[in-house]
Amino acid sequence: MTTSSTSGQPVLELTGIGKEFGAIRALHDVDMHVHPGEVVGLMGDNGAGKSTLVKIIAGNFRPTHGEIRFDGHAVHFNRPIDARAVGIEVVYQDLALADNLTAAANVFLGRELKRKFGPIALLDHKAMAARALDLFGELRSETRPYDLVKQMSGGQRQAVAIARTRLSNAKLVMMDEPTAAISVRQVEQVLSLIHRLKEQGVAVMLISHRMPDVFAVCDRVIVMRRGEKRADKPIHDTSPEEVTALITGAKEAA
Amino acid sequence: MSVPMENPISFTNVGRSKWWHRGIFASQTGYVLLALVVLMIAMRFASPYFFTEGNMQNVAKNFSFIAIATLGITFVIITGGIDLSVGSMMCFSAMITSMVMVELSASGSSFVHLAADGKTVVANVPGLIFLISVLAGLLAAFIVGIINGFCIAVLGLSPFVTTLGMLSIVRGLAYVVSNGRGSFPGGPDADLFYGLTSGDVYGVPAPFIYLVILALVMAVVLHHTSFGRHVFALGGNEKAAELTGIPVVRVKIQVYVLCALAAGLQGIIISGWLGSAPANMATSYELNVIAAAVIGGANLAGGLGGPLGAIVGCVLLEVIRNGLVLAQVNSYWQQTLVGVIIILAVLVDRIRSRMT
Repeated sequence: MTTSSTSGQPVLELTGIGKEFGAIRALHDVDMHVHPGEVVGLMGDNGAGKSTLVKIIAGNFRPTHGEIRFDGHAVHFNRPIDARAVGIEVVYQDLALADNLTAAANVFLGRELKRKFGPIALLDHKAMAARALDLFGELRSETRPYDLVKQMSGGQRQAVAIARTRLSNAKLVMMDEPTAAISVRQVEQVLSLIHRLKEQGVAVMLISHRMPDVFAVCDRVIVMRRGEKRADKPIHDTSPEEVTALITGAKEAA
Repeated sequence: MSVPMENPISFTNVGRSKWWHRGIFASQTGYVLLALVVLMIAMRFASPYFFTEGNMQNVAKNFSFIAIATLGITFVIITGGIDLSVGSMMCFSAMITSMVMVELSASGSSFVHLAADGKTVVANVPGLIFLISVLAGLLAAFIVGIINGFCIAVLGLSPFVTTLGMLSIVRGLAYVVSNGRGSFPGGPDADLFYGLTSGDVYGVPAPFIYLVILALVMAVVLHHTSFGRHVFALGGNEKAAELTGIPVVRVKIQVYVLCALAAGLQGIIISGWLGSAPANMATSYELNVIAAAVIGGANLAGGLGGPLGAIVGCVLLEVIRNGLVLAQVNSYWQQTLVGVIIILAVLVDRIRSRMT
């Protein structure tokens, strides 16, 4: 299960990506690729360019230079919706959940299932709950579709946010610091959720500061520093010490 | 697509809350409803007149006079907004309606042609004047609602400030168009107008019937359409709503339009009961309407509320007012008591949510 499938066509391929904000060069000549079913850790200190890179892939920014290929085709995203349409989903750090709604309602937020009664389209609560329960089952999460998100643990909330990405059959899921604000037991749950995504052949990019998490789930780690990619190594060819050195700049490149 | 599971989900770690901790039983609406029932039983013993048919009709009529507008503002409050222009809107819509009604009926009017028999052309079609004038009143409300929604959703102004401004603008317009004198429904359709606004069907007041229908429609819209779901999502987490692709701007404009339309309809109904639309009509009603919504469980922070709560809030306010009258308490106490109840209702909710 943990062997990376680096053969075949990459789902995401970046070539020579650069981004300038006026005189500030946030990203310079970044090449990277992610394969289906691969979990890639994206690490770097604050200001290293991680967020800019993620926002370019998610369609929040357009790159100044370079090319993005998704599923073998060159893509240009003007808005986040464009990225979502091809199969890129982002799980935000604050999860973007509405606390006052149920788990199922959150999973289907913005793409509710409806049944037509003549000219009126009413919500199909049963179908949505059943589908949500399926998704939670796939993720091995003990989450009831009709429970309010308000009353859920951090791990369950993560499951709801991740189930949302499964709903659209995303091919690439980017997770922004999913383990930053939750308890130790819940971190375990989130890491196992990432394993579930991998099992389904979904490519995952994990943006994290937490070294143990990255080494627990990732097949490969990419280290950014000062807007450049400094390292791109299979996880078993590196060590937390080396990655730390790369992040801080003690070691220039690997 | 689903993976065979080694072990089905067991929910061993995840308890299920007891039925009295869920749904309506755990909501402010639930215990305010309980308080209302208790209060009505107490009234039954305190005054022999309370449960008489006449008094019940009065209560039903009186609370219906703010309840339709309360339904409207509940939409806005669920999204986390507020609309202070409802009171002025009631007056303005009512005034436009009665002015159009009079204008279309008058033979000297510059807007309409005279038919051969000396009446205006529209007057020869039964009910047409009524229809046009009510639609005109609602159109005025619609326009004001669009402007509110545009300023709030597109220009990003605060709902409080926008609608505070609109409160003044609309009230001012009501004085301008009527020269401060107000207006009176008139012409051949006036009787139809009075019948449909302040009449009754088998003893049930007409406004009460409209209220029940609108409340049922609202319940379906809120809980069984994607629009309703988006209204709740907006109040729960606006950023999440935006990220998941909900048309936030459109939904926001829609709720302010709905609120204005409800207020406009309410104003038209009130003017039928009053027999006129004075320029100072429904002044400060926005406060009663907001109070009723909040007592019924709508949360001003957004994300909570519904038609049942709106109605329960209105009934509670009216039963208290009615009770004070029957008990021959100085009616000036009413406002004080309403204020106490607003704070009590919210306080009890706070204590309850701390306990669970």
